[in-house]
Amino acid sequence: MLDELRELYQEVILDHGRNPRNHRRPEDANRHATGNNPICGDALIVHLTIDEDGTIRDAAFEGKGCAISIASASLMTDILRGKTEAEARALFENFHQMCTNDDFDIAAVADDAEALERLQVLSGVRAFPMRVKCATLAWHTMSAAMARKNDVTTE
Amino acid sequence: MNEASTAADRTLGDRAAGDNSTLAYDVERVRADFPILTREVFGHPLVYLDSAASAQKPRQVLDAMRDAYETHYSNVHRGVHRMSQLATDAFEGGREKVARFINAGSPDEIVFTRNATEALNLVADCFGRAFMKAGDEVIISTLEHHSNIVPWQLLRDRIGIVLRVAPIDDAGNFLLDDFEALIGPRTRLVAMTHVSNALGTIVPIKEVIARAHARGVAVLVDGSQAAPHMTIDVQDLDADFYAFTGHKVYGPTGIGVLYGKRERLNALPPYQGGGEMIASVTFEKSEFKDAPHRFEAGTPAIVEAIGLGAALDYVEGLGRETIAAHESGILAYATARLGQVPGLTIIGTAREKASIVSFTMACAHSHDIGTIVDRTGVALRTGHHCAQPLLQRLGLTATARASFGIYNTREEVDVLVEALGTVTEIFG
Repeated sequence: MLDELRELYQEVILDHGRNPRNHRRPEDANRHATGNNPICGDALIVHLTIDEDGTIRDAAFEGKGCAISIASASLMTDILRGKTEAEARALFENFHQMCTNDDFDIAAVADDAEALERLQVLSGVRAFPMRVKCATLAWHTMSAAMARKNDVTTE
Repeated sequence: MNEASTAADRTLGDRAAGDNSTLAYDVERVRADFPILTREVFGHPLVYLDSAASAQKPRQVLDAMRDAYETHYSNVHRGVHRMSQLATDAFEGGREKVARFINAGSPDEIVFTRNATEALNLVADCFGRAFMKAGDEVIISTLEHHSNIVPWQLLRDRIGIVLRVAPIDDAGNFLLDDFEALIGPRTRLVAMTHVSNALGTIVPIKEVIARAHARGVAVLVDGSQAAPHMTIDVQDLDADFYAFTGHKVYGPTGIGVLYGKRERLNALPPYQGGGEMIASVTFEKSEFKDAPHRFEAGTPAIVEAIGLGAALDYVEGLGRETIAAHESGILAYATARLGQVPGLTIIGTAREKASIVSFTMACAHSHDIGTIVDRTGVALRTGHHCAQPLLQRLGLTATARASFGIYNTREEVDVLVEALGTVTEIFG
């Protein structure tokens, strides 16, 4: 029982949950979206600064939530910096597979193995299907921001 | 129907034997009536502390429903054949039991709905159409479940009513005088919960009704959380409408109740159109039956109504005073034990509470608490409990909630407290 919980709540998760990185609102951010988790009522706002060539120069977020959703947002915003929008979408696709598919194999993924290895601490949610939404909330929100959906910007 | 409230009979027998303390409540015998309580979750006995979301079902309810399907099932109020008559008798027998359960003046004052939500929507829709126009006001409270907020917002968007919200204090107490101050010349209806599902606060609903009536305003009560825990007497309360749902009072899903005073119900237009609710139909116009059938278009939840009747028999067999005593003992014990958990804050400390304890922990989000205790078999509700405006009022987005019913024990509270120790161990 405790093993699976320890697998879910690894030290990295607890650390990012307690001390989230990039928990701020960058002044030059040009894409924003709000993601709601209707089960718990938590909401995250993701801010992206995307250059004209499609590179994510900065990524940050605001909001409160459970350890899983905050750790995921924290790790995601760290990892996205420097990636293109296309790379971010591909990474989300692979991350989603990692969180839901027991047969997912990082070695079989050609791109971004390094990013996926960092995200692997979140793969413990596979044993907790009710928590997959917590782990992917920030990513769905990031995806919406890139697609200019749920745009909360006033500009 | 089934004369099967055996645990209830035995419990009452025990009490009659001379020990009139709450210990005479034989919770193990009650538990033996609930098949699901024998199962394990992740290798641990199920500790079900989520009855406020939906209660488990005693064998007597399951048997009554199976018996209905196996021996006297047909559509109701239709055929001249024997099965139709037996099914109709059983179905209407369910209605009579509901009427007795809340002391309605007549079974004709009992409308079957899908759940409490539909009962509340029915009143919003029909009362709104008949008696409200732009600028008219409806008073609800901060404690409401979304099901007693959203129907009024839909009505507001449709015809322009104004929604007023009666406040609470920081402990979750309902503020009677502040409520009364909201009643004005345009107030048409008060729609208010009897017991808060998120905090357990018992609203002084009789006094709410008295003060509303003193100003000529009708009152709709959402009794979803009250019906499982206390004696409901709609005539004593003088409620104009009273809604509750079957599945929270140990009955099946898919069946709810709207009580309305006869003259109140018959003053409303129909809710939905269809068979069963008409006196006569031509292609030019239709004549509608009186309540309750006016509001029951189409084939109703026949077997669910029978199951609800069996559930109410079961609860009445245990005795609602006895249940209230058992649950208030558990509530006091849980409040004391949880209050000793380091970093735990109980949310909602109203003077009058039903057996619901909402809480937060400094070290962990309620979702994480829920996941961790689940691995030791403890079922807690976590999140906003469909009462987001209430949690916003308290400066929160989520709590963990333990709710206690007729089958819960102090030992289960101990299991919860121990499981919360694991939360502290991981997050502390």
